Amino acid sequence: MWLICFTLLPLTLQAETPEEKGLAIAVEADRRDTGFEDFTSELTMLLKNRQGEESLRYMRVRTLEVPEDGDKSLTIFDRPRDVQGTALLTFSHKTGPDDQWLYLPALKRVKRIASRNKSGPFMGSEFAYEDIASQEVEKYTYRYLRDEAYEGHVCFVIERDPVDKYSGYTRQVVWIDKAEYRPLKIDFYDRKNDPLKTLTFDDYQQYLDQYWRAGKMFMINHQTGKSTLLSWTNYQFRTGLSVADFNRTSLKRAK
Amino acid sequence: MRAILSLASNCRAAELLLACLLLGLPTGSAGAETGRWSGYVATELRLFPQKPLASNQHDENLSLAVEPEYYQEWDGGRQSLTFVPFLRLDQLDDERTHGDIRELTWLRVGQSWELRVGVRKVFWGVTEFLHLVDVINQTDFVENIDTEEKLGQPMLNVAIIRDWGTLDFFLLPLFRERTFPGTDGRLRFLIPVDTDRARYESGVGRRHLDWAVRWFQSLGDWDIGVAHFSGTSREPRLIPDLRNPLEPVLVPVYDLMDQTSLDVQATKGNWLWKLELLTRRVLGERFTALTGGFEYTFVGIFGTAVDLGVLGEYLYDNRGDEAPPIPFEDDLAFGCRVVFNDVQSTELLFGVLLDRHSQAQFWNLEASRRLGSSWKLSVEGRAFERVAPKDLFFGFRRDDYIQAELAWYF
Repeated sequence: MWLICFTLLPLTLQAETPEEKGLAIAVEADRRDTGFEDFTSELTMLLKNRQGEESLRYMRVRTLEVPEDGDKSLTIFDRPRDVQGTALLTFSHKTGPDDQWLYLPALKRVKRIASRNKSGPFMGSEFAYEDIASQEVEKYTYRYLRDEAYEGHVCFVIERDPVDKYSGYTRQVVWIDKAEYRPLKIDFYDRKNDPLKTLTFDDYQQYLDQYWRAGKMFMINHQTGKSTLLSWTNYQFRTGLSVADFNRTSLKRAK
Repeated sequence: MRAILSLASNCRAAELLLACLLLGLPTGSAGAETGRWSGYVATELRLFPQKPLASNQHDENLSLAVEPEYYQEWDGGRQSLTFVPFLRLDQLDDERTHGDIRELTWLRVGQSWELRVGVRKVFWGVTEFLHLVDVINQTDFVENIDTEEKLGQPMLNVAIIRDWGTLDFFLLPLFRERTFPGTDGRLRFLIPVDTDRARYESGVGRRHLDWAVRWFQSLGDWDIGVAHFSGTSREPRLIPDLRNPLEPVLVPVYDLMDQTSLDVQATKGNWLWKLELLTRRVLGERFTALTGGFEYTFVGIFGTAVDLGVLGEYLYDNRGDEAPPIPFEDDLAFGCRVVFNDVQSTELLFGVLLDRHSQAQFWNLEASRRLGSSWKLSVEGRAFERVAPKDLFFGFRRDDYIQAELAWYF
């Protein structure tokens, strides 16, 4: 399978429509990130408003790769302290809405939450739930736009349109570097097709000689002037997580 | 004094737990993570705008609460210890000044099972206005009349996690008695409850071994739970005791009960459909109760980040006169939830319960907002309207209150 892709890709590219080429780029990016099994990471969010007032959030993320479906992930909140111990369990799916459960430690209550509000802000930040959710190929339709240099990298520029009608975006324009198929920049357009946000990826590092992860993700909202800087640290791959660590019972012991 | 008594009541459970810990703790292990403390300290001010029914009750009340949490894990996170003591000091009500071990649990995680031994809190259910099937823990009623505050329950709990769902087994060796406000406190019944004279149907009293089992599973959009509980009823009957005719009191009587329950939530787009249903046998009689309804969320109203949730629930209960009385026999509930999705996590929940027979109304407001990075301000208001003399809340009819709580988290 791998060999076939490798040999046929250059041939098929020639006769492709922009839609086919866009999809092929997304599929290749996804293929290169397949097989990581699981990873854990720590995450800092620095929120800044137009006046420059700052607010910090700390959380930890555990992700399990699920072949044939979307990833399972567990996010544990450490700061601000009043939400410490709150945890979010997500089963993402290639098609259809993701399943999400929120654990509220004060009541010891696990709440299934409507994942339709994917366009809402995550923890008051400029990231929407859908921005941080597992990026499955099937969640968008694609169109190749052009080749362009960005920050010294030769990039594909593709447009992707969310399949889900509840998305907060009409379209996204993504810069993907040709060498490693990593996203370097995304422009988000709101439901009125006005420019809304720009996300830039920095400090990429390669893990297990294959998997690239950005150390910094910076989101700026052009309409409000607010921004959020996500800093990822302490990436660990293949830590031995299993499906047993991603269910409603384990959600209650996520500390 | 009350605080100390309360703490002592958990001591036997603590001994049990210690024994388990000694068996489970690694000896001289270098891999054990260091423990960590967190928690909060909160001051609460309650204002009662209406004159109290009794002359020894007051118009305002100040209170201080602290709930630290110690957590330590080892064995690569496969084992852990959690300790959460709680203490409240109340300005006026000696019964509301109380302490409790909210949690003292040893956890052991296996490949497809999890074992928890010690004192814990467990929540079951899906609805918002009444937590019908939530039966493991006793209500800490002096804390809040919304019955969401619970006393720590000693237990042995095994969860078996399989593809066909999770089976949760509970052995509950020691019963916890419900707390009630003292004579100086507001939000009490006309005749005060004397908790020192509690009686039991079971000959072994609070040492009756209760048990419960619950199966739950998520099937696509559906979350389903089926449970059975057998043991001491968490809801006491309140029987007048006229031994001293000048100072009558209510005595809590805890009967034995068997209860089978179902809780279901269907998550369909912006709709949450919820149902809690139970059938309970107590004192030889069986009754049925249900709470069901919906929550619909308007995401990002008026082009802002604010979410507006609209809630509606129906509450039904056909228990006979023998069973402990409750105020929700045929009630409608409406509410709205506003989540601002801002940096300060501002939230507001507003609701009203309407009794379809007595026309009584119970109004609720809960709002909270973070201040800075480690403070949180919560405001709560409750009001009782058109409460009939036969209603359980009749003693609360002048106890509308507004409360502000400022908590510091560490």
